[in-house]
Amino acid sequence: MAGLHKSEFSNPVVNWIDTRLPIFTMMQKEYGVFPTPKNFNYFWNFGALAMVNLVIMIATGVVLAMNYTPHVSMAFDSVERIMRDVNYGWLLRYVHANGASMFFIVTYIHIFRGLYYGSYKAPRELLWMIGVVILLVMMATAFMGYVLPWGQMSYWGATVITNLFSAIPVVGEHVVTWLWGGFSVDNPTLNRFFSLHFLLPFVLVGVVFLHVAALHVTGSNNPLGIDVKSPQDTLPFHPYYTMKDSVGICVYLLVFALLVFFAPNLFMAPENYIPANPLVTPSEIVPEWYFLPFYAILRSVPSKLGGVMMMFGAIAVLFVLPWLDTSPVRSAKFRPVYRIFFWVLLLAVVALGLVGAHRPEGIWVVIGRLGTAYYFFHFLVLLPVLGKLERPLPLPESISRPVISGGGGPLPSGAAAKPMEKM
Amino acid sequence: MRALQILTLAASLGAVVLASAFADEEISYAKQKWSFDGPFGTFDRASAQRGAKVFTAVCTNCHSLKEAYYRDLAGIGLEPDAIKAIAAGFSVPSIADDGSAADRPALPSDHFRSPFANEKAARAANNGALPPDLSVIIKARNGGADYIYALLTGYSDPPASMKMGDGMYYNTMYAGHQIGMPRPLNDDQVEYTDGTKATTEQEARDVVTFLAYVANPEMEARKRLGVKMVLFLVLMTGLSYAVKRKVWADVDH
Repeated sequence: MAGLHKSEFSNPVVNWIDTRLPIFTMMQKEYGVFPTPKNFNYFWNFGALAMVNLVIMIATGVVLAMNYTPHVSMAFDSVERIMRDVNYGWLLRYVHANGASMFFIVTYIHIFRGLYYGSYKAPRELLWMIGVVILLVMMATAFMGYVLPWGQMSYWGATVITNLFSAIPVVGEHVVTWLWGGFSVDNPTLNRFFSLHFLLPFVLVGVVFLHVAALHVTGSNNPLGIDVKSPQDTLPFHPYYTMKDSVGICVYLLVFALLVFFAPNLFMAPENYIPANPLVTPSEIVPEWYFLPFYAILRSVPSKLGGVMMMFGAIAVLFVLPWLDTSPVRSAKFRPVYRIFFWVLLLAVVALGLVGAHRPEGIWVVIGRLGTAYYFFHFLVLLPVLGKLERPLPLPESISRPVISGGGGPLPSGAAAKPMEKM
Repeated sequence: MRALQILTLAASLGAVVLASAFADEEISYAKQKWSFDGPFGTFDRASAQRGAKVFTAVCTNCHSLKEAYYRDLAGIGLEPDAIKAIAAGFSVPSIADDGSAADRPALPSDHFRSPFANEKAARAANNGALPPDLSVIIKARNGGADYIYALLTGYSDPPASMKMGDGMYYNTMYAGHQIGMPRPLNDDQVEYTDGTKATTEQEARDVVTFLAYVANPEMEARKRLGVKMVLFLVLMTGLSYAVKRKVWADVDH
């Protein structure tokens, strides 16, 4: 019969299904024998970790939603009820709340891995851009999720962030009213944020699917940043990388468990255990830690519209990064000058994070402006120019070559992973 | 706890450094040793029970504890009869058979009684100040248990140079040093029946232990499960690493 897939599976049931819908063949191709560069270091775990994290968030989130009440007079109490009276509700909520932090830790490492090893360069530009979309959707989801417990920080954070849109000329005020569903953050805002917070993770699943699909067309980058030349350079994904990812997942779950069971409120602002009160503004409104660098950029600019544009610009530059970086060499391992500036960028982002957590006074203003200036200088000036000026180190002939001639020492992971560990 | 937190810190890389920057504090208070500290810490039952006594004798006159039920007292080792007796000592609003509003004695299944019907009543009775709900107070303040303990024991006479507001009280630990709450605890304010001397510090320590329990009723179960989870994951990490080594043994990489 025309159109039927010729399945090679011997199990009759699997074969019957696979003939009609070749999902087993697809999984075998994409996750079984999928040729993967053999020289990954452990930084290549973080994509898989992010995927695991997304699944954990959706699983816990769906059950939390069964017990949560999105109403301004009941939201805070319903979260406390989850913590006290729902079976293992405390576990669900602490996993979900800390899961957001873990998600950003994992994703930020994943992004900086991409920056260090040039994973955004041709032919992976679209893969990278889809990744930036994932980051944006994640941020929107996390922001709206943080509003749901309806504590003081939920309420005032929502007020501050939604008010940013009032900086848009002419229509700003109307946009904010439209976002709120009223004239202040109130019940309609909470309702729509709950609805969107439930929806966006599934959008995320779709975009992640595209991210992985694009990855499986171009194939993975690797610590050397050179193309796969021959089958000797690769290993089948299973069992080699399923097993290596398993090690990473265990370590990740271990860190996650330490947080959830022994320091569940480490990342939480105490203010958010105070019910939202529109009449009392907290002395300091601080967003969640993962937004702090962007918050610092926002506050570093002494104009509201300028600050908002710079903040969104900080993400926007990532979209065009593949064309800003003019160097044909991917891995920072062979770019001695870029390597230094990579660490400067990381330092600037961490410094901006610290700035975001402090009142914009004194030295923090100065550091914030320096950090912001460097961030944009790095992407808009340095990367285009550096690609032309820098003299890269000689690239190895192939992924397997230095290994065979070098006598076993894992050249890439040994040299390249060390400095990263200091992060 | 500390070791585990350090481990967590190290493992979650620079991110945690950012979060720790939250901990700006102008007023410094002593770090206390608590029975519920650390990865194996539990609530000192005797202390928490004395604290419940302090709460039901003193705090409850102004503060609500509306997220907690009287039945939650079982978690600090009180027997059902004792819980019934404590609950029966308070009356909660209800609706009588004829449909009119009426009070009835509280049951273990009731939330802790709120002393005021609403915020206005609370403010009217407290010189305009609103006594906060104490259900999660230990989690809702920077410094947690240490801060609440310091606050409860931080009352003293104001320095001569300080001009106190009307109906305000001097507290060394409170931001601005003027607090609307009069000194709540004094020596022998509560009668302890277990021979413990009811000093102000002891009462404060006991009530903080009780409030720490009310804020984290799941804590002991959480830590017990956590220890098992961590041991399991350490084992799994070792196991998966060994398997990974075996799988990769034949690869020149």
